[in-house]
Amino acid sequence: MHFDLNDEQKEIKRVAHDLLAARSPFAKVREAAEAARYDEALWNELVELGWPGIAVSAKHGGQDLGAVELSVLLEELGYACAASPFLSSATAAAVIEAAGSPDQQQRWLPGLASGEITAGLGTPELAADAEDAGVIVLLDDDDAQLLDRDEADVEPFVSIDATRRFATVSGSGEPLGAGAAERVRTAIAAELVGVCQRALDMTLEYVKDRKQFGVPVGSFQAVSHRCAQMLRDTESARSGVYYAAWAADADPDRLPEAAALAAAAAAEGGREVTASAIQAHGGIGFTWEADVHWLYKRAQLDASLIGGSRRHRAALTRIGASRAARAAAPAG
Amino acid sequence: MDLTFTDKETAFRDELRAWLADNPAGEPPENSDGEAYEWRRQWQRRLADGGWASVHWPVEYGGRGATLTESAIFFEELARAQAPLPANVLGLLLAGPTIMVWGTDEQKDRFLAPMVTAEEIWCQGFSEPEAGSDLASLKTRAVKDGDEWVVTGQKVWTSGAQYSKWCMLVARTDTEVPKHKGLTYFLMDMEQDEIQVRPLRQMTGESEFNELFIEGARIPDENVLGGVGNGWKVALTTLMNERAGLGFFLQVRLRQLLDQVLAEADRRGLLEDPVVADKLGELHLKAEIIRLTAYRGLTQIERYGQPGPEGSLVKWMWSETNQQLTQLAADLLGPEALQAGTPWAYELLRARGNTIEGGTTEVLKNIVAERVLGLPKAR
Repeated sequence: MHFDLNDEQKEIKRVAHDLLAARSPFAKVREAAEAARYDEALWNELVELGWPGIAVSAKHGGQDLGAVELSVLLEELGYACAASPFLSSATAAAVIEAAGSPDQQQRWLPGLASGEITAGLGTPELAADAEDAGVIVLLDDDDAQLLDRDEADVEPFVSIDATRRFATVSGSGEPLGAGAAERVRTAIAAELVGVCQRALDMTLEYVKDRKQFGVPVGSFQAVSHRCAQMLRDTESARSGVYYAAWAADADPDRLPEAAALAAAAAAEGGREVTASAIQAHGGIGFTWEADVHWLYKRAQLDASLIGGSRRHRAALTRIGASRAARAAAPAG
Repeated sequence: MDLTFTDKETAFRDELRAWLADNPAGEPPENSDGEAYEWRRQWQRRLADGGWASVHWPVEYGGRGATLTESAIFFEELARAQAPLPANVLGLLLAGPTIMVWGTDEQKDRFLAPMVTAEEIWCQGFSEPEAGSDLASLKTRAVKDGDEWVVTGQKVWTSGAQYSKWCMLVARTDTEVPKHKGLTYFLMDMEQDEIQVRPLRQMTGESEFNELFIEGARIPDENVLGGVGNGWKVALTTLMNERAGLGFFLQVRLRQLLDQVLAEADRRGLLEDPVVADKLGELHLKAEIIRLTAYRGLTQIERYGQPGPEGSLVKWMWSETNQQLTQLAADLLGPEALQAGTPWAYELLRARGNTIEGGTTEVLKNIVAERVLGLPKAR
């Protein structure tokens, strides 16, 4: 049992963290959001590093790594709140690699891994990055299908999260295999963990610095206990995401439950933690310049993209009830 | 990342599982607290005979030298087999490891072996009426008299004191220095007339805890542990061990209770009720996240030798979740769950202690805020 990132995964995380801190500070995120476009330079750099194909096999032009490494990168992209189609593209590639047919893999993976094309990701009502995509992974409950962009009807959907392009999508494609929907949700949940961590870090910095009544506001328990809750929610989501990412590659039988845990914890946690960040920042937290709102908006859209938390709690109830029934059944 | 047990861990689990299947603990006697305790003492003897009482102790002290993960497996399996904790759980988890770190060879020889067989039960004399969360402000005094110490004071929340031969006692030996510095850790013989044990009747009706009234009890010099004036450091060793392993027992108990609530809800057709189903899903989520986070905490300690924030988070989440679970059970079962003497009524009442015992939720949040998040000391 080793329930943590290994050294190589930690190194990937560190590299991604440092790169994004340098290339995608909030000034860049704001600039891209206000111009309603993506950060081209950032995308080119991610492509050069081969990250869109992180979870694609070498024979399809990828890095030959797995769901855990993808999660690690997504966490850092979420931390930066980066204005990039990376989540959609890298996740779609990972899903086609794991749950696509050989034809689908040959057709889409080389282009996605090399960054030549990008992918869209979501549901008919809400899909990220579908407009400029070559291919779209579309979920319908626990089923997933692959849609050629040229055969899909895509209508822009302007959401409150201006750091990301959304659309509604209609059309019918080819089905993807088992585990596709769960992998998509695990990936979005990983991004949410990063969003939570950033919201927590910004909040800690602020409440240590901001003084009222002659002391840092972080010394008031009403504030510090809220921060403790933010850590709890962040780590809860992280536990779920690590588990689901591990299960996706190592123990797919556990993936349905693990992905539901990750999705429910991350959707709920993301909304709570980013809301707390705004509250702990006080009046400044409500302003455009304070930047915490980008995280709040990202968390709202990610939570919606993941299907909300209620659906996943319902799935957990079904899983729990059947397990309880087995536990109660006489042995043998 | 690897969430499977190693071959060695799996072998450990299978051997233990087989032993537990061959040696069922049976049902607890219902007559009195005393009989239930005696049952747990017998249970520990059987564990000791099988070599399972102190798995986490080093081999040189009669343990199996189990790793932290194996120790976690031990407590999980114990709970899974519906077996009770061994009677001398405080000796095995707290006193033993503390003596191993701070004790002299003579102390190790004298005290460790009878702990394992439950021949000598241990209790923990830390908290006082005026020193709960603020332990370092304790007032119990120990004054040197020849080669003995004379102790006067009062302790509270002392679990199992009525059955104990020995007490891990922290007392003030120097009133002239700052409060953390004047403390000494003693191993106190409970069998003396100068110590009165008064069971505290809990809101559940039972008595797990006691008050100790100490009026001139005597402790020989050789029963000072870790040196005079060093009591705070020694006590921290005890407290660091407080939640080790036990969390895994409680985590499985939580899962078992949740399975029972799910079965009850199913029987009543309530799984189709979206509000009930949502609450059950939330509990399932929390129970699993607690388990996962506890395992992440194990990896932290095994790999880096330092506990991360997981321990405090797990205790906080477990206590809150157990309260929510028992409240939901009462809600679903109606008056039946509130009938005195029934298991659900007991669980509902006992759960109120969870967010207080072993560190209140409020103190845990302070610890997380100050030590993990680096926030300034709370006001």
